[in-house]
Amino acid sequence: MAEPGTSFGQRLGPALLDSLLAAIIAFALFSLLLGLRMVDKVTGLTLQPRPVLLAVAVGIVFCGRLLLNLFVWHAEYPLTAPFAKLFTRAPFERRDLIVLGATLLVATLMFLFSLVIIDSAAFELVAASVFIFLGIGLVRRIIVQFFPDLPYGRIFTVGGIAFAVLFPICAYLLEKTFRLGLPLRYLLDLSILVLTYVMLGWGLNVVVGLAGLLDLGYVAFYAVGAYTFALLATHFGLGFWICLPIAGAAAALWGIILGFPVLRLRGDYLAIVTLAFGEIVRIVLLNWTEVTNGPNGVSGIPKPTFFGLPFAPSGDGTFSSFFGLKYDPLQGIIFLYYVILALAFITNLVTLKLRRLPIGRAWEALREDQIACRSLGINTTITKLTAFAIGAMFGGLAGSFFATRQGFISPESFTFIESAIILAIVVLGGMGSQLGVAIAAIVMVGGFEALRHTEGLQSIFGEGFDPALYRMLLFGIAMVGIMVWRPRGIIGSRSPSIVLDEARPIGGGLVREGRA
Amino acid sequence: MRSWEEDPLLRAEHLTMRFGGLTAVDDVSFAVGRHDITALIGPNGAGKTTVFNCITGFYKPTEGMIELRQPDGQIFRLEQLDDHDINARARVARTFQNIRLFQGMTVLENLMVAQHNVLMRASGLTVGAILGLGGFRQAEKDAVDFARYWLDRVNLTARADEPAGELPYGDQRRLEIARAMCTRPLLLCLDEPAAGLNARESDALNELLYSIRKQDDIAILLIEHDMSVVMRISDHVVVLDYGRLIADGTTAEARNDPRVIAAYLGVPDEELPVVEREVGL
Repeated sequence: MAEPGTSFGQRLGPALLDSLLAAIIAFALFSLLLGLRMVDKVTGLTLQPRPVLLAVAVGIVFCGRLLLNLFVWHAEYPLTAPFAKLFTRAPFERRDLIVLGATLLVATLMFLFSLVIIDSAAFELVAASVFIFLGIGLVRRIIVQFFPDLPYGRIFTVGGIAFAVLFPICAYLLEKTFRLGLPLRYLLDLSILVLTYVMLGWGLNVVVGLAGLLDLGYVAFYAVGAYTFALLATHFGLGFWICLPIAGAAAALWGIILGFPVLRLRGDYLAIVTLAFGEIVRIVLLNWTEVTNGPNGVSGIPKPTFFGLPFAPSGDGTFSSFFGLKYDPLQGIIFLYYVILALAFITNLVTLKLRRLPIGRAWEALREDQIACRSLGINTTITKLTAFAIGAMFGGLAGSFFATRQGFISPESFTFIESAIILAIVVLGGMGSQLGVAIAAIVMVGGFEALRHTEGLQSIFGEGFDPALYRMLLFGIAMVGIMVWRPRGIIGSRSPSIVLDEARPIGGGLVREGRA
Repeated sequence: MRSWEEDPLLRAEHLTMRFGGLTAVDDVSFAVGRHDITALIGPNGAGKTTVFNCITGFYKPTEGMIELRQPDGQIFRLEQLDDHDINARARVARTFQNIRLFQGMTVLENLMVAQHNVLMRASGLTVGAILGLGGFRQAEKDAVDFARYWLDRVNLTARADEPAGELPYGDQRRLEIARAMCTRPLLLCLDEPAAGLNARESDALNELLYSIRKQDDIAILLIEHDMSVVMRISDHVVVLDYGRLIADGTTAEARNDPRVIAAYLGVPDEELPVVEREVGL
């Protein structure tokens, strides 16, 4: 492969060769995936070749690879550099500005062209993406230029918390006053879902991110919490607030019960056993019909009350009658939102506190080097068990919230895919980083949901295109992208738990991912 | 009577370690004096690290016993303790041949982890500290001060907030010793502390080890290949070859012992029968 600094002519040959290879691989892959289509005709199933589509796909790969080879990967001045520079503090050179300006110009022309002549949604979508990307970069750059020393991390965190606290109340009041027609119910439900995953992510972060124990069966504790509350509520008529700590304790107990036999295992073996544990719990719930009602699930789980005041449409001593408000089903949902927000905050605060205590430091030391821990007199078994128990407890609390929100639970809600999503949130967020996990949960769960509403894509791919069908594909591409560009997760650095003089974040490259 | 026989801190008796058919350590007995620097030497594969791992609990010896006597007369049988208890209760600390620092944690954090058991008790097993009870804050301050003391001793105070993995090699070696010392041991076991150090760093290490023995009055047991280190600072040398003890005495005795010379340098073919007769083979 040509080195940077060689002339364009010298680079062209190897670049063409490389692109040709990529095109051949693409042809091999696409020839069956795109090149042939099974068609159901009256005469039976026949294969219909689609050479044009195949040629276009291979052509895109060839041209894209060639452009990347020539102008990005082996170029003396990669064309992507100015865009990356937007998100740093490096000064711009003349050619950076030319590239950015040219991009803006092309996008504007595309937009105008579409607006005036062909009315293509694809053009508009591309142009809009460029505008948004450049806009965000420029605004960020300008702020950083004028206020270089603001504590951005803190502002971001405080802003996020303020938004999370104020959002439902403000949205509710706005809606009631101005009748904007916001899909408030949908937004709140989605936020509650996202917050549940934020909490689960933070809970699993204790086990995976801090202690470095790969747990593929976290959903088991979620299930234990949910069923503990559901069964106590339906059989003994206990309320949510009494059952919440019981559910947390039950999940923690199960964390310890699972922990004892398996914690002598390391890395991949531990992952397999936790995976099995998750399945065992689900299958027990499915088959132990006398207690769990099997696949039919448990229904009629009560909603939480506001200091004893239920959210009910009529009757004495309800939330609305006590405060003299008009009953609105949204009140109950907003309350649920605040319950899960509070639970998530508690999870976060407890974790942050534990990180600064000896137990948390021992967890992280365990992730870094288990043998060294033992040589320093740390009982690794007990340390791992506490991590498992604390993580499981948060899972149990989230599970019991899940049960009360749904009003109905069945083993179907606790499949392996849930564990995988929660683990993906932790890994994508950056193991050990609380903020990263929160961002990842919002992106994973919220973004996944947002992909339902990609009507713009419909106008590109034609009327028959259902974006929901491609959610998984887009989702997978996004995950691969994050892993390529940010292999340590969205926030890969670690901040020290105790400081002598000055806190400096520790680069992700040094921090172990834990194979304990 | 020699110092290590008079007042032994650690006594290994008939220590044997077999891995399947291989006998890595064969019936080795020696003592480590309470105020001595004891060097465990021998050619590659002599079983030094195996002895070390037996003492520090990473292996359970196949036969024999290891006895550690505390200043108050209490005796721990190390081969019966869990590895973490060997540090926590019997107060034996160790370093590793291939440095094992917590690389993604800062220098200070490394030293705080080493004081885990003290801090854990002070935090009321975490519950007290979360509820804000007890003297955890004070205990943490004391722990930081103790860590700072050791950082001063190994000359790393200026780098306290840097990740351990970013330190130069020599600093990592010293930090590992400081971390072991932060567990307040009676016996410090060092596995090749001078490996990979240049002459100047090696001198600084000698001084550090010497001061640990003199100033802190802590016994040191070290494995070392660098004979300049061994001969200069050791009070007592134990020599192993092929898993067997071949010499046990002062540095001068070890240096002149024909068996030690033979083990290290080999002997010319024509002298072999003579030497074999001398060493009793």
